[in-house]
Amino acid sequence: MNQNNNSNNEPRLMKGNEALAEAAIRAGIHAYFGYPITPQSEILEYFTREMPKRGGVVVQAESELAAINMVYGAAGAGTRIMTSSSSPGISLMQEGLSYIASAELPCLVVNINRGGPGLGTIQPSQSDYWQAVKGGGHGDYHLIVLAPASVQEMADFVFDAFRLAEKYRNPAFILADGALGQMMEKVVLPEAGSLPYHEVNWATSGMGKRKERNIITSLYMQPEEMEQVNLHLQKKYKAMQKEVRFESILTEDADILLVAYGLGARICQKVVELGREKDIKIGLLRPITLYPFPKDEIARLAIRVQSILVVEMNAGQMVEDVSLAVNGRCPVNLTGRMGGMISSPEEVFQKVETIIEKQTLTLK
Amino acid sequence: MENKIPEEFEVVYCKPSTLTDMPMHYCPGCGHGIVNKILMEVVEELNIQDKTIGVAPVGCSVFAYNYMNIDMQEAAHGRASAVATGIKRVLPDRYVFSYQGDGDLAAIGTSETIHTVNRGENILMIFINNAIYGMTGGQMAPTTLIGQVTSTSPYGREAAAIGNPLKITDMLAQLPGAYYVSRHSIHTSNAIRKLKKAITKSFEYQKEKKGTCFIEVVSNCPSGWKMTPLESMKWIEEHMFPIYPLGDLKIPKEESKVTKENPN
Repeated sequence: MNQNNNSNNEPRLMKGNEALAEAAIRAGIHAYFGYPITPQSEILEYFTREMPKRGGVVVQAESELAAINMVYGAAGAGTRIMTSSSSPGISLMQEGLSYIASAELPCLVVNINRGGPGLGTIQPSQSDYWQAVKGGGHGDYHLIVLAPASVQEMADFVFDAFRLAEKYRNPAFILADGALGQMMEKVVLPEAGSLPYHEVNWATSGMGKRKERNIITSLYMQPEEMEQVNLHLQKKYKAMQKEVRFESILTEDADILLVAYGLGARICQKVVELGREKDIKIGLLRPITLYPFPKDEIARLAIRVQSILVVEMNAGQMVEDVSLAVNGRCPVNLTGRMGGMISSPEEVFQKVETIIEKQTLTLK
Repeated sequence: MENKIPEEFEVVYCKPSTLTDMPMHYCPGCGHGIVNKILMEVVEELNIQDKTIGVAPVGCSVFAYNYMNIDMQEAAHGRASAVATGIKRVLPDRYVFSYQGDGDLAAIGTSETIHTVNRGENILMIFINNAIYGMTGGQMAPTTLIGQVTSTSPYGREAAAIGNPLKITDMLAQLPGAYYVSRHSIHTSNAIRKLKKAITKSFEYQKEKKGTCFIEVVSNCPSGWKMTPLESMKWIEEHMFPIYPLGDLKIPKEESKVTKENPN
């Protein structure tokens, strides 16, 4: 594919969805399969506009079920593949994701999360956290989950996602939200051609000169064999833990630690500033990888801080992972809004003040 | 142990190299074994083993990759044609086929089936219609006949309650994306020869990127139907053919002229 078209590296103003799609073309994806759904339709639209010009394959599938299974087929054929959707569509893809995880096919799936449950809203939300980090479909498996917090990261994480997916032969997942997909920001796009695709020996691309056939499957009739497959997957997930990534903002001297990801972390950056202006030492830990989760860093900080406030755009999902990591070392609080509503920095700061009052914290 | 054939003998028939040595799990007398074998014979005869990729979805067909000595993908229930689409779109010079049962292709995968054919994907879809869910123990399929007793239609299929047998092949033949649509059977050796010819033709059309080739195989399920293999073959003739008559449903325009002029 001609990845170089339109590929100068000048900063430009772009929508999150379009930056992600352009980054994927520069990452050299061979094909994109998708289905329209708000607020991610610009991704499909971008590919249908650009792929024919730049030599890639794009198919608007008849459903998300079909799209994820086209991904399965093409990823199994040994090519770099992605799809994207938003919450209800991602639910439809769960069956396919389970098969893909079991068959160990590298690919990228993007969720531009909107408010749920049900048909929900089209506004931004983080209500699909559990679905993303705990597997989502049937069976014991994990996706590699990256959570961008800016349009720049919407583009950059496409490259990171494919690098990790191909390194571990595992589906990678970008969990963003409707705001990150829709908002425009300055972005410097990653350079085309900087992510070479390495031929694999397991692909079902036709036997060619191979003597043995390749089979992509997730079916094992003997439970002993199925257990071995599971043990292999668990070993892989353990090895993935070293890929954990997070961003720390003023965490070292913090009395109150905010934990938030994605758009929530952008709001919390302002909360840190509001606190510091009033001599309240607030810090922010932003998980960049949601799976693997930065549990060690949270455990380390839990000893140093007096209280943790988890800020989410849902009813409290990541807070469970934070609580597990904290393991009683300090109080863990939660604030968040649901259904497409977003907390303002002032609302979150108020919650911090309430915690100080209630916990009667003596701040350093 | 290798059986050496003395020089004075000529091999006139043997298992194709495109079939593995794995014993098939299909029940005695089941049509799947026949279709697996002739499909692989065609792949051998056309010398395309190195560039053929098959897709076998959930159902009795799911183990096909154990027997077919080519690259294969197992697919989720109903999704074979979407998986095949994904493969063919990124590897357009390979030969790609799906091998699906009636529950898979005509119930849970109806949407994928229709849209794959409507896009005119350059693949071969082989549809094994034995009017029953074999693998799960003989439940009613979309193609189950009126009055047919299965484990989920214990009083016989009733149109008023669950609709009529779905003639999906006839529906697909209406779509412009379908290039060649034909219904065959495995009940006699003559029928098997005709089926083999249709499969060969389909791979040739695929090479020329003509569109979707779709072959329905009216087959049997002695275990599910609770019959001997011989009884099941008779049942195909007496009960299946009136609903699923054999023959071409759609042939390329150029060839239809020839056929009219020379009906033989």
